[in-house]
Amino acid sequence: MQEKMGKSLKQTATAGFEEKNDILITVSPLNAGENTVDLTSTVLHQYGRQIKKLIIDTVNDAGFKSVKINAIDKGAWDYTIKARVLGALERGMKA
Amino acid sequence: MTDPKTKLRRTMMFVPGNSPKMINSADIYGADSLMFDIEDSIAVTEKDTARILVAQALKSIKFHSETVVRINHPTQTPFGLDDLKVILPSKPNLIRLPKVEDISEVELVAKEIERVEKENGWPEGTINIISAIESVKGLYNVREICKHPRMVAIALGAEDFIANLKTQRTKTGIELYYVRSQILMAARDAEIQCMDTVFSDVKDMEGFEREVSNSRDMGFDGKSVIHPKQITEVHRLYTPTDTQIAKALKVLDAYDDAQKNHKGVLAVDGKMIDGPIVVRAQRVVDQASAAGVNVEEKRCLA
Repeated sequence: MQEKMGKSLKQTATAGFEEKNDILITVSPLNAGENTVDLTSTVLHQYGRQIKKLIIDTVNDAGFKSVKINAIDKGAWDYTIKARVLGALERGMKA
Repeated sequence: MTDPKTKLRRTMMFVPGNSPKMINSADIYGADSLMFDIEDSIAVTEKDTARILVAQALKSIKFHSETVVRINHPTQTPFGLDDLKVILPSKPNLIRLPKVEDISEVELVAKEIERVEKENGWPEGTINIISAIESVKGLYNVREICKHPRMVAIALGAEDFIANLKTQRTKTGIELYYVRSQILMAARDAEIQCMDTVFSDVKDMEGFEREVSNSRDMGFDGKSVIHPKQITEVHRLYTPTDTQIAKALKVLDAYDDAQKNHKGVLAVDGKMIDGPIVVRAQRVVDQASAAGVNVEEKRCLA
């Protein structure tokens, strides 16, 4: 069975801001491997695992592979995290 | 389901569409409608992420208020059609079209809405339109614009309109008198609602009260607001007083009595009552009920 091809980023891109209730997401293309996330958050101890899972799930569901995600969270709600990840990916697809 | 053409819209609050902090708290102030803006309050470089943020917010948060998204102009900017592609699937109640000048712009947007409604199996009219008149050209076409079947309200966008007129805003509002009157007439002719423009000096509550009272007395259904503290004031000014409600009930009771007992001429407190007075009395009672007033409690004041 042929392995399903994932989308690849063309460039590093960011979305969001380091402001209250927002999250700054930076996505960069990796040469190979799984999507990985590096998270800094004001609520890391309480929600770190959940935020990382939401970021990875959003990137996976959007069909991307081999993306490195750096996230600086200032207490963003789930919809904002998802929106900023999708925004960064969209920007990263533009040449 | 409330008829979108008659729904209570005393206040439509602007919420910048790229601010999660403001979006998160938008629903707590009790505005009748929330207008998430991805047009003028958003920098050109952030249009792409603002539209995604608003779409995700609409999909994820259950807002009590009516939801409206102000998109960028569909033909005069390169952003408007992309805004629609991202925003429409998130099912806002209304799309607000800025700077409308011609019915063809409304038709273009309505076609996109129709396509998305069909794709998702939503009933026709799930998403409707409010247009803003912000130029003389738009004003000259306002009657046709108001009559589009998806149009539920028309709004005045004064800042651009005044720039177009080559004048400035004054405390008396004389520069806007003609346009306010004209769009109001067009709205009434088309049986849709009419929303007044924003009052941008949030510190001047006295000036705000004067402007809201004036536009209310002209016949406007509501006001666009830019700060939560303006909401309470508009709602207060748009809620009939106890005396007005009591008087209206008296008129309606007298009318009912006349109907039942086949009385011809009708008088309340020595004043003759005819058709238009009954219609106005009913509107007072409807406005009060819509604002949450227990109308029956006011009957004893009559």
